[in-house]
Amino acid sequence: MGLLLFGVAKDIAGAALVGIPETVTNVAELKQWLYDRYPAMQQLSSLMVAVNREYAGDTQAIGAGDEVAVIPPVSGG
Amino acid sequence: METLIAIRDTITVQEALDFIQSPECGGEVIFTGTVRNDTRGRGVTKLFYECYEAMALSEMQKIADQVQARWDIKKLAMLHAIGDKYPGDIAVVIAVASAHRGIAFDACEFTIDTLKETVPIWKKEFFTDGGIGQ
Repeated sequence: MGLLLFGVAKDIAGAALVGIPETVTNVAELKQWLYDRYPAMQQLSSLMVAVNREYAGDTQAIGAGDEVAVIPPVSGG
Repeated sequence: METLIAIRDTITVQEALDFIQSPECGGEVIFTGTVRNDTRGRGVTKLFYECYEAMALSEMQKIADQVQARWDIKKLAMLHAIGDKYPGDIAVVIAVASAHRGIAFDACEFTIDTLKETVPIWKKEFFTDGGIGQ
């Protein structure tokens, strides 16, 4: 499964797209996997996940076919 | 309510104003956000804006839906620029038209405040001292 990264999360990962293991089945597990693999992400003031272009809560399931993205603190305007 | 929502390299106040003008409207409120030349005392040479475009457009539409539900606004334009932007450049334009001015001010403030909270757009700051910030 692919994970889209933007902003500072993209810079921390060094890539705009990374693969995530099949053992990750929901948003909470994804965040834990990210924090383990990229400890610098723990320093962000917030880290949201979007599933299919909607902000998703920790319990939301993710799987093959979902568009999953990491949303670091937004700073538009 | 008619809406114009766009994310592009270049946006103008004029296109937003042209869109919202209507004979039924007597109040037009426009907010422009421009690139400032410093951040907390540090000189800024440019900003770089990027977005998660599909989701950003979807979140901007949600803001328009909330505006439509709360106020009798006739026209709403919501434009955001991406790419390299330099001090003085326009980064965002919100334009609102209604029959009378009061609700246009309220809707315009709500739109820009909510955009800054929810729309997945990011800026990177390039400072005159060579530093880069997110």
